[in-house]
Amino acid sequence: MKIFWYRVKRDLLLAARSRNEWLNPVLFFIIVTSLFPLGIGPEVNTLQTIAPGVIWVSALLATLLSLDSVFRSDFLDGSLEQMLLSPYPASLLVLAKILAHWLTTGVPLILLSPLLAVFMHIPLTTIPLLMLTLLLGTPILSLIGTIGAALTVGLRRGGVLISLLVLPLYIPVLIFASSAVATHAMGLSVEAHLSLLGGLLFFALALAPLAAASALRIAME
Amino acid sequence: MFAWFHKLTAPKNFYRFAGIINPWIGTICLILILSGLYLGLFKAPPDYQQGESYRIIFVHVPAAWMSMFVYMVMACSAFMTLVWRYKLAGIITEASAAIGASFTFLALATGSLWGKPMWGTWWVWDARLTSELILLFLYLGYIALNSAIENKKTATRASALLVLVGVINIPIIHYSVEWWYTLHQPATVTKMDKPSIHLDMLIPLLLMALGFTFFYAFTLLLKVRTLLIMREQKSKWVQELLEHGKS
Repeated sequence: MKIFWYRVKRDLLLAARSRNEWLNPVLFFIIVTSLFPLGIGPEVNTLQTIAPGVIWVSALLATLLSLDSVFRSDFLDGSLEQMLLSPYPASLLVLAKILAHWLTTGVPLILLSPLLAVFMHIPLTTIPLLMLTLLLGTPILSLIGTIGAALTVGLRRGGVLISLLVLPLYIPVLIFASSAVATHAMGLSVEAHLSLLGGLLFFALALAPLAAASALRIAME
Repeated sequence: MFAWFHKLTAPKNFYRFAGIINPWIGTICLILILSGLYLGLFKAPPDYQQGESYRIIFVHVPAAWMSMFVYMVMACSAFMTLVWRYKLAGIITEASAAIGASFTFLALATGSLWGKPMWGTWWVWDARLTSELILLFLYLGYIALNSAIENKKTATRASALLVLVGVINIPIIHYSVEWWYTLHQPATVTKMDKPSIHLDMLIPLLLMALGFTFFYAFTLLLKVRTLLIMREQKSKWVQELLEHGKS
């Protein structure tokens, strides 16, 4: 367990030292979302209807942008190989990387989402729920995305390929989360949406680290 | 039993075996599809609601079935690749992908053609069409990953893992799409309840489905034989084969 926190701390330290890594996806999130009113028009009603979908799609894309770098530097300097050779279970170490990835990309997205919600005219009472769906949903994005990153590790042009592999798998999260926000804005109960999202989170938490670890093993063979 | 299986799946023996049975499979496929098309297009009565345009189901439905069946075959062979490292299983997964993607595309294209007279538009975000579209994305993702990795051995195993991840996700995606559809169901789409299908339509449909299965087997074996030769280029049996023409 100690090694787990050690890994998380190391990755966070690395992220803190290279600011672009985690800052760029966040800026991307803001810019993409603010493009929609410009493309569609500033009408409040239209923006309100598309807002949950737009914010969530931007969050998916922002996460995708950051996935390429999850294993990149570790692969290049050889520490990934050392990680797999170490006596600790690889899936635990992968989980540490996922946690660090979520802390550096998922959490900033959650913290910034109220600003975007205001941009998109989401009712103020719905903003906490939007943050809650992001809180439940972005870890799933990191978990599933890491499988894609592990499968494409070592490929020169992994970036676009990851999106091909991972985006179809993101569809359930997008559906449940954005419709939760839309339903709440209409004043209906969203318990079902949230429990489904929670279920997906635990399911991904159980299986994704194992899959990502074996994908890394295959890639490093 | 197991030793026999092992012998058959050795690349050299399977190459020969596939070469012997494939003409038979092709012939059966041709008979099934021709008779299915004849019965379906000329003999089956027109539908009382949809007239003649319903006849596209004789291609659409078998193609949609095959799109799912092929993915299941890929999932089984991917499992065998990862667990037992069967060479042949990896080749079967790889050879199936393009065929499965083609079936999925065919199902989408015929569904869209059918949608024009039925719904008045080429595309409707219907639950089944949407799931089929996502299935096509999964196939294309597999093909992209498999061709992006240069080392063939790594490519086979990495993309096999992707198939397994996909097969776990398929039911989740399917039900979430269905749920999404019931939430946003547009009022203009008339949902057809399942009518009990007439025997004159059912028989050609089943013939076509069987014919498509044999077509899959036929193209699969063709492709597997080609891939086997490509993979085993350096082995003795391929060298001999290339020198003497026939094995």
